[in-house]
Amino acid sequence: MPRMFPTIWKNLFSRPATRRYPFKDIREPFPGYRGKIYFDTNKCDLCGDCARVCPAEAIEVSLENRQIRYDPFKCIYCATCVQTCLQQAISQDKHYTTPAATKQTETINFPA
Amino acid sequence: MARTVIPFGPQHPVLPEPIHLKLELEDETVVGVTPIIGYVHRGIEKAAELNDFRQNVFVCERICGICSFIHSLTYCQGVEALMNVEVPPRARFLRVFWSELSRTHSHLLWLGLLADSMGFESLFMQIWRAREMILDISEMTAGHRIIQSTCIVGGVRRDIDKEMAKEVDKRLLAFKEMLDSTIAPVLLHDPTIKRRAVGKGMLSKEQAELLGAVGPTSRGSGVAIDIRQTGYAAYREVGFEPVVETAGDSYARTLVRAREVYQCVELMRKALSMMPEGEILVRVDGYPEGEAMSRTEQPRGELIYYLKGNGTNNLERLKIRTPTFANIPTLLVMLPGCEMADVPVITLSIDPCIACTER
Repeated sequence: MPRMFPTIWKNLFSRPATRRYPFKDIREPFPGYRGKIYFDTNKCDLCGDCARVCPAEAIEVSLENRQIRYDPFKCIYCATCVQTCLQQAISQDKHYTTPAATKQTETINFPA
Repeated sequence: MARTVIPFGPQHPVLPEPIHLKLELEDETVVGVTPIIGYVHRGIEKAAELNDFRQNVFVCERICGICSFIHSLTYCQGVEALMNVEVPPRARFLRVFWSELSRTHSHLLWLGLLADSMGFESLFMQIWRAREMILDISEMTAGHRIIQSTCIVGGVRRDIDKEMAKEVDKRLLAFKEMLDSTIAPVLLHDPTIKRRAVGKGMLSKEQAELLGAVGPTSRGSGVAIDIRQTGYAAYREVGFEPVVETAGDSYARTLVRAREVYQCVELMRKALSMMPEGEILVRVDGYPEGEAMSRTEQPRGELIYYLKGNGTNNLERLKIRTPTFANIPTLLVMLPGCEMADVPVITLSIDPCIACTER
């Protein structure tokens, strides 16, 4: 126990290592963090490559209805779709899906 | 004296993993033990037969939450062997870097849990505080704290440029300083830790070899076996010597892991400084065909993947042998003769990862 004394003294006079999360914001993620994905409706040509490579089957592309359904609760944030997209229409931001009472799928509609 | 049977686990405050030990006791002394597993089987081997072989990387990565990168690396090495893919040198060095990053945070997690199982809460918090520094490096380089997802068939997906390598080096030095000043003195000299671990859970060199122990469990008993010696990825170029202790008790296994944390930091710094310029990913065409074995060193020991491809998009068979499966039999030697109060510390000393074991 005496070996811990220097650490205890240091910690007595230093700021807490943890953040009071719901009351204070969390640390901003580092650049390049793999968060939620977004589709750019201007660039996307609805080819469906992203749906084919997705390991979690979180993306459904419908060419007839001109829409994409994305399930953020299935998504594993692996960024395979981002790297596969030839049109560079998929991007990721720094945030992940927060817990929710009901799981909802996002529908992205494309202009006809 | 009458024997009492006490069930220990699968839910127990000090055991983070669902293993059930049926302990036979005479008074306070353990005389027999029967380990029972089967609480977290997820059918990952079967799932891997149904998925595209490229998507399996992400399935394999989720077998274990603590050494995720090494699972994906082993799988990728197996597929690359089946398809005769030559991985670029820079990717091999990056694979060493992320493997060692995984190992560092796994060992720190375990050291923290060990301190917690002894009731040494303040040390547990200090070790996990140091672990945050490693998780920050993981988030900075790979994009996530635990599941790196950087290894794919043919190489790696992310590069570490010179500026980032410099920043990582700075953070690793700060981490090493924290180990030196806060954690190592307590682990090496504290009498409470020594009284709970020295001479407890003895495993001799002969018993370790006989029972097929792997990883730090065998190295704590003086068996110098480490799959990194075979020089997979870039371990041959980086240079590697296994960490060995000879006492064979819980304390020796703790020391092996504590010394390996220092070794990991050195290996990571070496890998980053020796990394050649060039490609990080090669194009992989075709489908896997034939049989291949892939072996790597996980934080807990030797990990073996057996892959069988039949020339289609799906694998015919994927068999995974995880190190904890090889280490559970050693509990049959370590536990008899110990006191009931020492069971958590001795069980933890093999670093059981049951989620890995049952897939």
